[in-house]
Amino acid sequence: MAATTATQPPASPRKSRLGTAALPYLLSLPALLVCIGIIVPFLTAVWYSLQRYNLNLPYLRGFVWFQQYIDLFTDTTFWHTVQVSLVYTFATVVLELLLGLGIALLLRRPSKLHNIMSIALLLPLMVAPAIAALMWKLMTHPDFGILSWLIQQVGITNFRWAAAPSSALFTVLLVDIWVYTPFMMILLLAGLRGLPKQPFEAAELDGVPASFVFFRITLPMLTPYIITAALFRMLDSIQQFDIIYAMTQGGPGDTLLVFQVMAYLDFFQNFNVGRSAAVLMVLWAIAYILSNIFIKHWLRLRERARGAA
Amino acid sequence: MERDNPVIKVLRGAALLVVGLFFLFPLFWVALMSFQTNEQILRIPPSIVFEPTLSNYWALISGRLVSNAGILEIKFMGNLWNSVLLSSTSVALALVLGVPAAYAFARFRFRMSEDIAFTLLSFRFAPPLLVLLPLSLYFQDIGLTDTYVGLIWVYQLIALPLILWIVRGYFEDISPDIEHAYRIDGHSWLKTFTKIALPLARPGIAAAALLSFIFCWNNFIFALILASADKQPVTVGALAFVTASGIQYGQIAAAVLLSITPTLLLALYAQRYLVEGLSLGAVKG
Repeated sequence: MAATTATQPPASPRKSRLGTAALPYLLSLPALLVCIGIIVPFLTAVWYSLQRYNLNLPYLRGFVWFQQYIDLFTDTTFWHTVQVSLVYTFATVVLELLLGLGIALLLRRPSKLHNIMSIALLLPLMVAPAIAALMWKLMTHPDFGILSWLIQQVGITNFRWAAAPSSALFTVLLVDIWVYTPFMMILLLAGLRGLPKQPFEAAELDGVPASFVFFRITLPMLTPYIITAALFRMLDSIQQFDIIYAMTQGGPGDTLLVFQVMAYLDFFQNFNVGRSAAVLMVLWAIAYILSNIFIKHWLRLRERARGAA
Repeated sequence: MERDNPVIKVLRGAALLVVGLFFLFPLFWVALMSFQTNEQILRIPPSIVFEPTLSNYWALISGRLVSNAGILEIKFMGNLWNSVLLSSTSVALALVLGVPAAYAFARFRFRMSEDIAFTLLSFRFAPPLLVLLPLSLYFQDIGLTDTYVGLIWVYQLIALPLILWIVRGYFEDISPDIEHAYRIDGHSWLKTFTKIALPLARPGIAAAALLSFIFCWNNFIFALILASADKQPVTVGALAFVTASGIQYGQIAAAVLLSITPTLLLALYAQRYLVEGLSLGAVKG
């Protein structure tokens, strides 16, 4: 397709202008086709969510409008899922933000050690979250796990990590923090190092106390980066599946039954396609709102940067 | 200020040490485990002094696990190969589809351009299962379940948006003046694209390709739903293998290590591009 436009030499000005009018469409067409291929299953999911549809009970299948959603919203299990997902998301974003900011501040001055550290800290980010969960499972194994052994030395004996309802959330949070704090760190470090030098030099000359510099200069200037990084993580976190599924499959019991794990189990264990789709639609609505905030914010930052350049 | 204060200097050093330990110790420990026999792993207290063995790796490479329960055939190397095949083909396809589109979005203002670009990016933010579950039913109908073609097509969900947005940002940052001059010299559009635009955007394309390769490699959920043992990448394979191999912990550790080595090496080799790609323009903003 692109070849036909390209083989035409720009002989007459009019002809070449016609070429360029169609060109962007031709160039983006292949990507667009893939996009349509994705929209079809998406619309199918919307359609499923409006049906009573269980693969085990095909004869009961029928269109029920919003009954699936009404059922969900009156179901305590679902509200438990909402609660767990929100707690998980809030905890990961806040903890990773604070830790990431702390580490970025530690590594902010460019030096050989700091640069090596910042590269080494990217390694957990390169480990697939599902595999990271597996690593932590080995380390928290009750018989030989190094972490189990370590806490026993401190005198904590029956801590059961991901196997006990009371500590399961803590354990998966630990894995999430291990994998994703480096992501926060690298974004904030890049932000910190990119800040203009003058305000800090002026503050140093005037002998302004460090806490004042941090809260009145560093933090406000860093806010755009913080918001971007936090929104990015928030979107990932509310949709977390890999770590939780690989570590506990949503359990013990339904302790860690976050949105996507719930939908997965509904689909593959209960074969309840309709309910699974409805759960995912609720999640999609949340993710849609969040990503809109993120993208608007991101585009505004871009425009501002272009305007300033 | 803080540079001069020795107390703060020590505190900073200690904090860095703790940070380094927390983030690197798990990798180090699993690497150690992978060279140990089951008896060494189960020894209490754990020791970092031991006679290293390659038997775990041999078991994985030969695909024959000898355990108390007997001999077990596993396809771990097959999983690894699937990862290589799926990730690289998906990225290659996403480059072919995405780079021209990125160029179009960056260079031309056309009707709906922002809407299309936005839609493509929004797939990055949608819950993967929302698309995957209906797709798994469709795939059964059209016979794409458990095929490389089906998986590679779905992997575009990861690779394409990334490539589109990173490469688009790069094209936008390059001044179009050189391209205009070249075109005025009478060169065709295609020649301008291949001789001028593409070489100039090479760092951005490399960053986008690397990043999407890593995301594809690390993906778990797509293949969990759409692939059976034959076509599974290593992320899904390793997890299934844990259950299959029972209590051969050294082999699990070796499997973990084998499955992360490619991305770790790639990341170390290309870390500068990756940082640039990860920050996605947020940093430039």
